[in-house]
Amino acid sequence: MATSKTKARMNAYDEDKSIGLTIHRIVCYVVLSIFAFLAIFFFYLLLINATRSHNEIQTSLSLLPGNNLLINLLGDKSGNSKFVGVLNDPNLMILQGLLNSLIVSGLSALLSVYFSGMTAYGVHVYNFPGKQAFFNTILLIMTIPTQVSALGFYNLMNDWKLTNNFIPLVIPAVAAPTVFFFMKQYMESSLPIDIVEAARIDGSNEFRTFNEIILPILKPAFAVQAIFSFTASWNNYFMPALILDKPEMKTMPLWIAFVRGRELATLNFGEVYMVLALAIIPVMIVYFCFSKFIVAGVTLGSVKG
Amino acid sequence: MKKRILTALLASAMILSVAGCDSTSEPATTTAGGAADTTTAAPVADDGDTTTAAPVEDGDAAAEQGKVLNIYCWNTEFQERYNAYAADVGEAHGVTVNWVINTNEGGVYQNKLDEALLAQADAAADDKVDIFLIEADYALKYTNSPYCMNVADLGITADDLANQYAYTQQIVTVDGALKGVTWQATPGLFAYRRSIAKEVLGTDDPAEVQAQLSDWTKFNDVAAKMKEAGYTMLAGYADAYRTYSNNVTTPWVVDGNLVVDDNIMKWADDTKVFQDNGYSNKDVGLWSDAWAKEQGPEGKTFGFFYSTWGINFTLLGNSLADANAPQEVGNGIFGDYAVCEGPQAYYWGGTWICAATGTDNTAVIADIMKKLTCDTATMKQITLDTQDYTNNKAAMDEIANDPNFGSAFLGGQNHIALFAAAAGNIDCSNISAYDQLCNENFQQCMNDYFMGTVDKTTALNNFYTKMKDTYPELNVPQA
Amino acid sequence: MANASVAAPKKHKGISYEKWGYFFIAPFIIVYLIFNLVPLLQTFYFSFFEKYTNTATWETIERFVGFDQYVNLFTEGRIFSYLGNTMIMWVMGFIPQIVISLLFAYWFTSVRLRLKGLGFFKTVMYMPNLIMAAAFSMMFMLLFSNIGPINEIIKNFTNGEAFAFMGHTWSARGLVALMNFLMWFGNTTILLMAAMMGVDASIVEAAEIDGCTSSQIFWKIVLPIIRPILIYVLITSLVGGLQMFDVPSILTNGKGNPNDSTTTLIMYLNTLISRSKNYGQGGCVSVVIFIICAVLSMIVYYFFTDAGVEKREKRKSFKIAKGGK
Repeated sequence: MATSKTKARMNAYDEDKSIGLTIHRIVCYVVLSIFAFLAIFFFYLLLINATRSHNEIQTSLSLLPGNNLLINLLGDKSGNSKFVGVLNDPNLMILQGLLNSLIVSGLSALLSVYFSGMTAYGVHVYNFPGKQAFFNTILLIMTIPTQVSALGFYNLMNDWKLTNNFIPLVIPAVAAPTVFFFMKQYMESSLPIDIVEAARIDGSNEFRTFNEIILPILKPAFAVQAIFSFTASWNNYFMPALILDKPEMKTMPLWIAFVRGRELATLNFGEVYMVLALAIIPVMIVYFCFSKFIVAGVTLGSVKG
Repeated sequence: MKKRILTALLASAMILSVAGCDSTSEPATTTAGGAADTTTAAPVADDGDTTTAAPVEDGDAAAEQGKVLNIYCWNTEFQERYNAYAADVGEAHGVTVNWVINTNEGGVYQNKLDEALLAQADAAADDKVDIFLIEADYALKYTNSPYCMNVADLGITADDLANQYAYTQQIVTVDGALKGVTWQATPGLFAYRRSIAKEVLGTDDPAEVQAQLSDWTKFNDVAAKMKEAGYTMLAGYADAYRTYSNNVTTPWVVDGNLVVDDNIMKWADDTKVFQDNGYSNKDVGLWSDAWAKEQGPEGKTFGFFYSTWGINFTLLGNSLADANAPQEVGNGIFGDYAVCEGPQAYYWGGTWICAATGTDNTAVIADIMKKLTCDTATMKQITLDTQDYTNNKAAMDEIANDPNFGSAFLGGQNHIALFAAAAGNIDCSNISAYDQLCNENFQQCMNDYFMGTVDKTTALNNFYTKMKDTYPELNVPQA
Repeated sequence: MANASVAAPKKHKGISYEKWGYFFIAPFIIVYLIFNLVPLLQTFYFSFFEKYTNTATWETIERFVGFDQYVNLFTEGRIFSYLGNTMIMWVMGFIPQIVISLLFAYWFTSVRLRLKGLGFFKTVMYMPNLIMAAAFSMMFMLLFSNIGPINEIIKNFTNGEAFAFMGHTWSARGLVALMNFLMWFGNTTILLMAAMMGVDASIVEAAEIDGCTSSQIFWKIVLPIIRPILIYVLITSLVGGLQMFDVPSILTNGKGNPNDSTTTLIMYLNTLISRSKNYGQGGCVSVVIFIICAVLSMIVYYFFTDAGVEKREKRKSFKIAKGGK
């Protein structure tokens, strides 16, 4: 296995630092390159398929772009088929869908990292009665599958006339047990309580301490969870499918299901992949904006002092 | 920088959530051409104050008619037909059409439709379901319910319907009352490769090939010959399923008991032989990529069971070498296919239009139904424009008897003539409300048997368990 | 260490800040109570009823049955084989995932290795997670289908016979695990990296000066410090694994074939509630799934948190002190 090999390399390094280190680095680069290739490959394949025709996609796999990009996007002008293209189909409100997804996912990510992070901070810093019970309860809540209460949730939203509304998709993000749990664990390993006390001595009130001192310190953790929440919400099909059916409210996963669900005679994988590509580009952009936190590796040096 | 992004995000979110709230009280109008601004919104009342209004009188065409027509469907096929051939009907009645399109995936369409129908009685007049579409595989669930109007009550007479194929009415007839109508008939045929037929059977003439395929024994004999010549008779394990399942003597469910018809078991047995002998490819399902590839230039399969819509769309598309080059002989195997009736008559697919009980748009619904499913001129035009096979004997016979009509894709053959003949032979008296999942699950479970993963008894038991899980009210046998 | 600092406020005299905790956790509690508690309690409640919609008659059957459904569920026993399927596929994906992720996170944060191009590698690793499972599995099927590139290679060794990946139990499970692995290893790497970045470089340097080997530094210094995040990864992955649904469901078209060997707990639940709205039986299965998840998570959590770990650590370090140097 890779690990035992690596260990062997590590030991070798102790024997002969320069050669061992070089070999170790080569191993790292090779392994990392393989996985980087795998990681990019599917993304690449998705984009490639967006430039190919239905029948090309169905009958062969290609790593080179096809020449159907414009047809998939704007429709078949040659008259061979009546395919109107992803952007010209009046039934397919892709741009609106992108906007809807952006709103829902953006707000969900913001709410979940801020409020669940705040909750974690509350549990981490304060020793209020019932704290342990609260922590255990959230741990329990986290283990409940969405499907378990989804139908009850839908009925409730229906009673409150909140179907075809973004509220049921956004507000519940405030109570995100996994984000809470991550932030709690992260604080435990990286946020000394001294810093809070120092702030208190400086006369900072508790919420200000959280917003102005703790938040900036925990930025990398927040960024990571924001990316995760955003992606999860962006790709969520299950809940929006229950809550939304008006075309102008639909999010991208619903439009993907829409083009995949076309009658077999007009099912067009070129179109499906084009919608998939359009759906993934914004999430990529958001990811790259935030990924600098992951890449730069903001350390917690400021805390240590 | 990120701060700005977040602020922008939040700001746009605020604006949109407000817009979103507003739009909930407005009918979603995705009318023809998507020109939302041209639809001067019909008077729309708040949910609150009209819920008790609008007494609904079924079937009384003279009753006060609503101005919003809510149509529930799962894809855009009907919408395209409506926009192209019946939009003027809606305009004449002054109704605004509101399409509620939910995907079939994961049963979403039926779930949403069910909710809407169950809430129908309490819904405001303009929110009620007016038209909904159904497929044969679950038609009975709706036609047998109180939520589906009798077509006769809409004012459509037997005379109006005289040109429709009998089977298309049989599927949606409950206790003698017709519950829905369809603009298309979907008889199935066997599409085969002319070149392979010539090589192995010595002829590519549809009549002579049909003579060698006219029953299952002959069909299996040809399959053996194909194998010898290095071809497979069918592409995958599910290819012939519809020809068996359409010719059963008992429906899937009788008095709440799940019954596997002898002919369905015959499919399992015959297919097992096909798979073990290499007459068809293992683990290749319908619509898989391997299945599609078999229909193209590199394919080694003799033929495919396909119904009307499949031949000039899917099969044609798959047969091409270059999808963007002109569709003509020389591009892939364009022109190499021909069709014949095959061993048994069957149909595959089809969409029925139903009027929902409680609708306030009976007059316009009746006119749309008449226009799209009874009017010979319109239906002939649909076929000429779209290659869709329409549910009108007179129109289809006209095309069938036209000596100048032929499909270049099928080497000049007039396939409409064959369809016209086949459509008359379809019998589908044995349907149940559970067919969709029965068919799906049975094929899937039996594939384990074909693959040799389990024996037949286990496969059957798996099927029974799956059905019981999905439908607790069913009594399932123990294999 | 961190635990000591958590206890610190207790020592802080003067004004008590502890009640502030309630303000911080209030939004979470309020939102949870409003949006999630009622449906959840409903689920529990329905599990004591026979409750479903008859497809043919549209009637909703609702009848109190007490614990009958639980008894049936356990005597029938299928739930255990679905639990088995779920756990097998989870373990098959999780073991490579945690190994690779730990390794990568260590490489990425290692001061000594000073790898170049890390920005690229770090950014790229998470990308599979951006693709939704439905799209991912569509492409996966293209790769592993009978006419896909993998089978083109296999055919060279089998006289042109394709291997039906989704037609055999272990290859089908393997594909599900592989896809889960590919989708999630980047996510786990990022989490562990975030944790390892919190490890003070000076501690590592000090250990190096003291002559610790790389592996000693990793196992004795880095791992204990990142333990809380490791627990997080383990538990969320376990819970995610037990809730495994979309990947096997899409790959098998919701059927869990072959021979029900890829049917997971949630797929079973989904079959129950998707058509007949069988909230009764579904509620019962939900409760059982919930209990399984909760018990396993709690075991993991308490196995790795302070009490248990400290005891074991002490024993180990004692051994090392005796034999190590």
